[in-house]
Amino acid sequence: MHELNVPLPGALARFQDAFARALLMPAAEPAIAIASDVAALIVQPAFAVYRNTVMKGCVDALQSNYPAVARLVGEEWFRAAAAIYVRQTLPAEPSLLRYGAAFAQFLARFEPAAELPYLPGVARLDRMWTEAHTAADDDVLDPADLARVDAATLEATVLHPHPAARWAWFADAPIYTIWSRNRVAAECDDDLNWQPEGALLVRPRGAVEWIALDAAACAFLDACAAGASLAAAAQAALDTQGDADLAQLMSTLLAAGAFSRMSFEQSTEEQP
Amino acid sequence: MTTVLTAGLGLKPQHFDAALGCPADGLWFEVHPENYMVAGGPRLAWLEAIRARHAISLHGVALSLAADAAPDPAHLARLAALARRVEPALISEHLAWSTWGGAYYPDLLPFPRSGAALARISDNVSRAQDALQRRIALENPSHYLEIDGHDWSEIDFLSQVARRTGCGLLLDVNNVYVSAHNMGYPAERYIDAFPAEHVMEIHLAGHAPDPGLGRALLVDTHDAAVAPEVWALYARLIARIGARPTLIERDDKLPDFAVLYAERERADALLRAPLAEAA
Repeated sequence: MHELNVPLPGALARFQDAFARALLMPAAEPAIAIASDVAALIVQPAFAVYRNTVMKGCVDALQSNYPAVARLVGEEWFRAAAAIYVRQTLPAEPSLLRYGAAFAQFLARFEPAAELPYLPGVARLDRMWTEAHTAADDDVLDPADLARVDAATLEATVLHPHPAARWAWFADAPIYTIWSRNRVAAECDDDLNWQPEGALLVRPRGAVEWIALDAAACAFLDACAAGASLAAAAQAALDTQGDADLAQLMSTLLAAGAFSRMSFEQSTEEQP
Repeated sequence: MTTVLTAGLGLKPQHFDAALGCPADGLWFEVHPENYMVAGGPRLAWLEAIRARHAISLHGVALSLAADAAPDPAHLARLAALARRVEPALISEHLAWSTWGGAYYPDLLPFPRSGAALARISDNVSRAQDALQRRIALENPSHYLEIDGHDWSEIDFLSQVARRTGCGLLLDVNNVYVSAHNMGYPAERYIDAFPAEHVMEIHLAGHAPDPGLGRALLVDTHDAAVAPEVWALYARLIARIGARPTLIERDDKLPDFAVLYAERERADALLRAPLAEAA
């Protein structure tokens, strides 16, 4: 019989199409529209080993990448929500280290999470931690280097955020406090002051570190990331918060290790 | 200090300090390269610190060599860059697929071992070896399903890929035990027929009964100690083919480093006899 059953060109591709589709089907769903050779596999109880391994691998990765979200909602809720995300958005790169880039957006649309409006913000900070953790290495700008820049040049100095620096301003909720209390498994019963908050994550010495940040400092970093001079970045900070203390802001960011290096903006007249 | 690699351990972040300080002769560590494909940061720093003391093996799970598509060039380039960085003693992958249609399915998926699959996989292995500029080892996966359309036995298929591409093979003895149990053939027969000349590395790991089906289906879980039956197959294999670098693989329900190290010592002792004979 076997020699009559010559595989058609593309048989392996069709097998993989059908097998991949069947992996994410709920087990109860009838295997309609699945190539017959794969339909014969799905009915074997052992097919569940592959289904379960794929789903467990993806859900474990999400739980590992979003620990503060998981701690807030509990493991059972988290894994149920994560399984729905997996069916919508499989890993697009062959590694799970950074899986879940769209999880915060998913939670923002996820009906059962509607009563927890801070959840997408907490997910964003978990995501920023992963980005900071895996970003490129670079030196941290020494505040003394900046102190040596003369006053005339200072305004045209451009500060470059460190490749691992991530920051965000949350206008609606104390996301930083909620996140930082849940990122590490620490008990904290202090009252939560419901106010806007910002966060800065940095990696100056190997491990990811974080501090709270005000709106002016977030605007300042946004401007620096866009290549603005110190003068323009300071203006952006003042536009956001009229009473911003620029000296304090700068020293906070420099001490945290938010910058890797500086360069000097050249005015057009000076160019040859 | 000898440069011969005897028994190694999977490297887990929880065991980093113990691994770094472990002075054992012949010890090496294996990692999944996918976990170190990052621009920078502490993960790469850990790996480089370990590499400064011990030999490293890169054991890939996501190159998807059995997919009916060429390996992702970006993934291959990242693997080659990591290999240049840590100069591993061994690089291995699986006779399986895990990416398809732009998505990654984190598992080692089966396929019918057809002539077309042989041609495609041989081509994919050659592409990988060209990109890495070195010989890789291909691992026998665990089997759970009765699949129609196998034109080749797994051993003949692996031997053909090795002959066509010059690649080596990684013999996972636990996978042999699990597959033989699930598919209903004697594991000894497979172990005895495996082509010794291609074996670059051996894996030993634990397995568990399927939670639903019980002992009717064994699952390659890597969450338990190496089973006595697997140790027996391993001793039988080493007696026939001699010493090869052997890994104790453990990915889940991680015990203390000392517990894994004791398993590693057991494999190391088995490897020392043929090494002493050859010396």
